[in-house]
Amino acid sequence: VDRYLLILSTICFLAAVVHTAMELRGGVFRPRRFNFFAVALGFVFQTAFLSVRGHALGRCPLTNLFEVFIFLAWSVAAIYLLVGPAYRLSLMGAFTAPLVVLLQGFALIAPIDVRHPVKLPAGPWVEFHASVSLVAYGAFALACIAGIMYLVQERQLKTHQLHSIFYHLPPLTDLFAAITRLLWWGFALYTLGMVSGFFTGQPLPHLQIVAAIGVWLLYAAILQARHLRWLGPRRVAALCIIGFSAALTLLWGITFTAELNAMP
Amino acid sequence: MNVFCIGLSHHTANVTTLEQFAGSTTAELILRESGCAEALLLTTCNRVEVYAVSGRRISTDQITHSLTGNVRSDPHGYASLFYRYEADNCVRHLFRVASGLDSMVVGESEILGQAKRAYELARTSGAVGPVLHRLFQRAFRAAKQVRTHTEISRGAVSVGSVAADLAQKIFGRLNDCTVLVLGAGETSERTARALISRGVTDLRVSNRSFDRADELARAVGGRVVPFEEWSAQCRDIDILITSTSSETPLLTPEKLAPMLRERLDRPLFIIDIAVPRDVDPTVNQLEGVYLYDIDSIRSVAEQSLALRRQQIAAAEAIIAEHVADFVEASSSRALQTSEDPPLGENSLRPSAL
Repeated sequence: VDRYLLILSTICFLAAVVHTAMELRGGVFRPRRFNFFAVALGFVFQTAFLSVRGHALGRCPLTNLFEVFIFLAWSVAAIYLLVGPAYRLSLMGAFTAPLVVLLQGFALIAPIDVRHPVKLPAGPWVEFHASVSLVAYGAFALACIAGIMYLVQERQLKTHQLHSIFYHLPPLTDLFAAITRLLWWGFALYTLGMVSGFFTGQPLPHLQIVAAIGVWLLYAAILQARHLRWLGPRRVAALCIIGFSAALTLLWGITFTAELNAMP
Repeated sequence: MNVFCIGLSHHTANVTTLEQFAGSTTAELILRESGCAEALLLTTCNRVEVYAVSGRRISTDQITHSLTGNVRSDPHGYASLFYRYEADNCVRHLFRVASGLDSMVVGESEILGQAKRAYELARTSGAVGPVLHRLFQRAFRAAKQVRTHTEISRGAVSVGSVAADLAQKIFGRLNDCTVLVLGAGETSERTARALISRGVTDLRVSNRSFDRADELARAVGGRVVPFEEWSAQCRDIDILITSTSSETPLLTPEKLAPMLRERLDRPLFIIDIAVPRDVDPTVNQLEGVYLYDIDSIRSVAEQSLALRRQQIAAAEAIIAEHVADFVEASSSRALQTSEDPPLGENSLRPSAL
């Protein structure tokens, strides 16, 4: 049953993607309520999936790569629903939906929904550590999306080639303010998640610790460079995209090694 | 009851001709002179049109006679400039006019406000009856739908509005932006005024002639900066409008780059409307600098117009739906025997008198 909920959720996000693609093809690109409601409905199905899976497992559903990807997609949608209207970034939905479709589509197709023969360690600290870290990843994902929007808008302004999308994207300064806030939120949550990892009482593989510290250092460096005015907004936006791509790869690595360690 | 429109516009007459008809008559006068049941006069800088309703045939001459009352030269010489639309064609024409499809600059939004004012004026004078009331209310709805569901009004098409639109896409709110106008030409004044209308309050003017700078600063509510100090201002300002008569570029990457290091996270928008250009084009390659010269501003305006033209078919489809709906509703209403109630007690319409 839970997979059907996930399929329904993916269809909702896919509808937002198709709607945007059709508008782009027609030369008209405008933020409509359709995208927001499609993402909101997709989020409801995601939440229902996580709830059903969580009840079945008797713990936070973060036991394999499949669940990690879905939880990450859920975080992305949740933060968009919180941040999008607040910062008047309604168009972010058009950029968020493809990322969620990609994450959920991959999770559904790839054979990664493996039930472990040995029960993975559980406990309040482990679940807190995992969930907070993934919500932080959601914030980094949104910063990456805002970074893409910034670069699209900046490119149009630099080249003097303005397309329909130009009129619907937020101003550069607003986008950069959103990037900065999302980076700070993501960094604070990630720090909290990382620190809580030391209270789990579980022996952590060195590779996992190094990877986690690597991601933390990467975002700390971006924020520090931004704070000291070493980097201009365009480079910060580009680093958000590079940073999230690297973080996503490391997340895969962390989950993979965690699964290997859980094997008997 | 037959609804019709008689008028002349930029399609048939030049500005000089149109000027002669502006303010030549009123809706009440047309009503009295022609014997129509309802009348409305729409006058803008690009058109003079009479929308009227009558149970009997009213000739074009009867209406043009009222319109040419104040025209000094031979009124018969203008007869060929007038067009006439009847019934469905009149409905379609009004809906296109209100939506900006018939305007000189396709999609301009000013016409809707002008049509609303013309309607209000005629309504308060009692010249509008139930037919024109329904027709114009429907026209406003159609125009609103066209603007909401198409990109017909998207983008700016004049130097000032293009500059103001771009500034808003860079900075968002312009209230906190500082603008320096370098060179007190007419176009830079218009551009500065466009920015002021969008919220700019801190405006500085610099010119080789102090008197001219002072004159412009007073006119736009800004302050004068001595010409020798303008380049130092680039550390503080957000928008630079430049239009001097300098033969060599005043601003080069070498001059600007050191100042940008002090303002790395603040964009600088430069509008160079001087010919020859005041700013070296390679300045645009610097991070955070957005340089637009007169050619690129024109190119943006043309892109906006092209975008608007792409939307004409979609807008026409919306209008066609409204016309069909309105005509159908009017036909079924005509079949009913009951008369429409009068709009107001002060109505001048013959049917209500």
